[in-house]
Amino acid sequence: MTLREIKELLDAEVLVGYDQLDKEIKTAFGADLMSDVLAFAKAGSLLLTGLTNPQVIRTSDVLDIAAIIMVRGKRPSPETLRLAEELLIPVLTTKYILFETAGKLYAKGIVGCMERVDDERAFS
Amino acid sequence: MAAWKGLTTNVLSHETAIYENSFPVEGGTYENAGHVSSQIKALLKRMKISKEVVRRAALVTYESEINICSYARSGKIVLRVTPEHVTIEAIDEGQGIVDIELAMQEGYSTATDRIREMGFGAGMGLCNIKNFSDFFRITSEIGKGTHLKMVIRIDKDFDGI
Ligand SMILES: Nc1ncnc2c1ncn2[C@@H]1O[C@H](COP(=O)(O)OP(=O)(O)OP(=O)(O)O)[C@@H](O)[C@H]1O
Ligand SMILES: [Mg+2]
Repeated sequence: MTLREIKELLDAEVLVGYDQLDKEIKTAFGADLMSDVLAFAKAGSLLLTGLTNPQVIRTSDVLDIAAIIMVRGKRPSPETLRLAEELLIPVLTTKYILFETAGKLYAKGIVGCMERVDDERAFS
Repeated sequence: MAAWKGLTTNVLSHETAIYENSFPVEGGTYENAGHVSSQIKALLKRMKISKEVVRRAALVTYESEINICSYARSGKIVLRVTPEHVTIEAIDEGQGIVDIELAMQEGYSTATDRIREMGFGAGMGLCNIKNFSDFFRITSEIGKGTHLKMVIRIDKDFDGI
């Protein structure tokens, strides 16, 4: 799915990265704990989160996250948006809750960047 | 505590560095937290080191940097690149770690509410650092500070700067 299709599906608003909507997305990871994102998220994945502080952008930069979807209608501070612009990381916001957001994406073929933490904890 | 995965330090000391630099990290504030990691990541990318190695190096740097911001007064990240390895050291002046074995356990954390509000403090950072490095060593002196050393092997297909 492209980021543009994801934007339509989630009725999301693009806050940063209008020019990156053609990006192809295959996997996603959802968490409100950056520690977990750092341990489990894979490069090129979509990040679904309810956190909005600048560290979400830093974490995404470190992990090569393709784009961030802020769920539950969360809106980041100007500081967070500035950092996303600087590091060229798309940020979208949707009114859907995390569960609904994940479900809608899953139904369209987006899968988790891993299934279980015990069967594929590949440190890559 | 050291975790060797087939690396020897004398190999490292004989290699000539193609890049070496030290980056200061401010402790006790998150204002610039992660800034050094982004910088180091961009630097390594420019050296045309494989994406995977850059990602692992950025990740271990970031976890160390966040720990300095969270638990130390001040610190620095030292980056050293040779044709075969990326070495990252995180050296801080601060409270130090009383029980390293305990700190290394997944889930152990003394993080404050402020750290948790930002999504950190799950007690996974040090485990993560160990898991993503080919070599990891941690030493600490109570009341003085903590010293982490991480080495990541560069893939064979590395084609130089
Ligand atoms: N540089 C440091 N100086 C002093 N204490 C430290 C330092 N780094 C880690 N610690 C101690 O070790 C504990 C575990 O660190 P670790 O990075 O594994 O987890 P965390 O920082 O608590 O949470 P997370 O990294 O998952 O966000 C910390 O809570 C802290 O008590
Ligand atoms: Mg930590």
